[in-house]
Amino acid sequence: MVSRDDIVAWVEALQKVYAENKEYLTDLDAKIGDADHGINLDRGYSAVVKKLAETNPPDVSSVLKTVAMTLISSVGGASGPLYGTLFLRASTACAGKTELAAADIVAIFQAGLDGVLQRGKAQLEDKTMVDALTPAINAMQQALNNGADLKEMLQQGVMAAESGMKGTIPLLAKKGRASYLGERSIGHQDPGATSSYLLLKTAAELWS
Amino acid sequence: MKKLINETANVVKESLAGVGAAHADLVRIDFDSRLVIRADAPKKGKVGIISGGGSGHEPMHGGFVGMGMLDAACAGDVFTSPTPDQMEAATKAVNGGVGVLHIVKNYTGDILNFEMGAELCQAEGIEVVSVVIDDDVAVQDSLYTAGRRGVGTTVIAEKICGASAERGDDLQTVADWCRKVNANGRSMGMALTSCTVPAAGKPTFELGENEMEIGIGIHGEPGRTRMEMKSAKEIVTLMAEAIISDLPFSSGDQVIALVNGMGGTPLIELYLVYNELNQICEAKGMTIARRLVGNYITSLDMAGCSITLVKADAEMLSLWDAPVNTPGLRWGV
Repeated sequence: MVSRDDIVAWVEALQKVYAENKEYLTDLDAKIGDADHGINLDRGYSAVVKKLAETNPPDVSSVLKTVAMTLISSVGGASGPLYGTLFLRASTACAGKTELAAADIVAIFQAGLDGVLQRGKAQLEDKTMVDALTPAINAMQQALNNGADLKEMLQQGVMAAESGMKGTIPLLAKKGRASYLGERSIGHQDPGATSSYLLLKTAAELWS
Repeated sequence: MKKLINETANVVKESLAGVGAAHADLVRIDFDSRLVIRADAPKKGKVGIISGGGSGHEPMHGGFVGMGMLDAACAGDVFTSPTPDQMEAATKAVNGGVGVLHIVKNYTGDILNFEMGAELCQAEGIEVVSVVIDDDVAVQDSLYTAGRRGVGTTVIAEKICGASAERGDDLQTVADWCRKVNANGRSMGMALTSCTVPAAGKPTFELGENEMEIGIGIHGEPGRTRMEMKSAKEIVTLMAEAIISDLPFSSGDQVIALVNGMGGTPLIELYLVYNELNQICEAKGMTIARRLVGNYITSLDMAGCSITLVKADAEMLSLWDAPVNTPGLRWGV
């Protein structure tokens, strides 16, 4: 089961992960975007950790909502509204729950992804974060159906996210700033898919 | 990286402080929401106009706040869209009770953040109309991209809409002017060098000594094609042909022209570019009725330029000529 404190621990870990990968994500973005993805996420999650410490939200849903609102107001770019929407929908999907079972985890990520698809209007293989999240959630759902426990389920999800992320390399970008490059976007890994992979990988390392 | 800055994290804030200190008669700064607001806003009974975007394009947008142009501008971090709470704060600060126009440049981040900002305002009962500027002809295939980017036409649209609102037009009319300018405006940019984002500390891309990037955006994002350096005449011909054939502009048209520097190109070169552009337009029977030559929508320290042409009728020209009093554009006052 994933508790309120587990969610906070995950978000705090994400702050460290994005700080450590700030340059890596920014370099990926420099190749096909505008060289700010790592910088923006680092700023956003630093604000999130500060806000959580100040407001100490009481339950899972309110923690996720605090993350959402802080990302929306501090990240900017496309990733602010997109990750903000992901956490906002996840928060709504687990309203009232004190702990999240494996099935709840799939449900909050699915709700988050649905929000991202609605807001960003991207489709699979447009070379975006959707390309890491979609296969990951599908793999988690399948693992769940096959009787996997939380840890095993998350590991399946991370593996699928990683191959989805690497699968963006040969794709032609059709959304976001990378789409302006046309053919020249081919051959580069999408920074949004990469940060989404890190999001899931960090959860899998913490939760069991 | 060599820049006139203190801490990279404070570049936007300290620059806004400078704008506020230099132009206190025209604008005030809201540091919490990072807004440049017209000093006498809100103007009761006047349609409010806000815009905004990433910083690094100065004087756009903050430099165009004042009488006859914008009522407020939201400043994001360098090359990063501002956030929905900023758009909400700006809209409230300039709402004179008859609605607010959001002028949005077509970038995924700007669209998403302005969309959420407009939803927040509408939830509170403020009438908001958003118009998206997408004038960059370098983006050819809008079916498979995020669509054409918003570039130089934004400056023209902000001036025309500002004049429309100032003379008392209602929200729909002001928004219609914005759509009309966008529908009649086309732009293209090129770069001789990359720019360096302060927080990144190094150039966003590398261009060889004998290379240039055609169809560049305003964020250091690489353009469509990289080619060997050419003469100004050849470069301007290439850009002008792409622009003129796209609308298309034709003989007898009157246009407003913007020859815009990207931030690192001196005026001596921009006027040389204007000379080439003027000859091309004359040869095609087009008349440049009004023009701006200088740095209006920049990309930090990038060297290069963009060209914008907007086909204008007599009424658009009279709105262009109407008085404007902002840090970056001032006449008739």
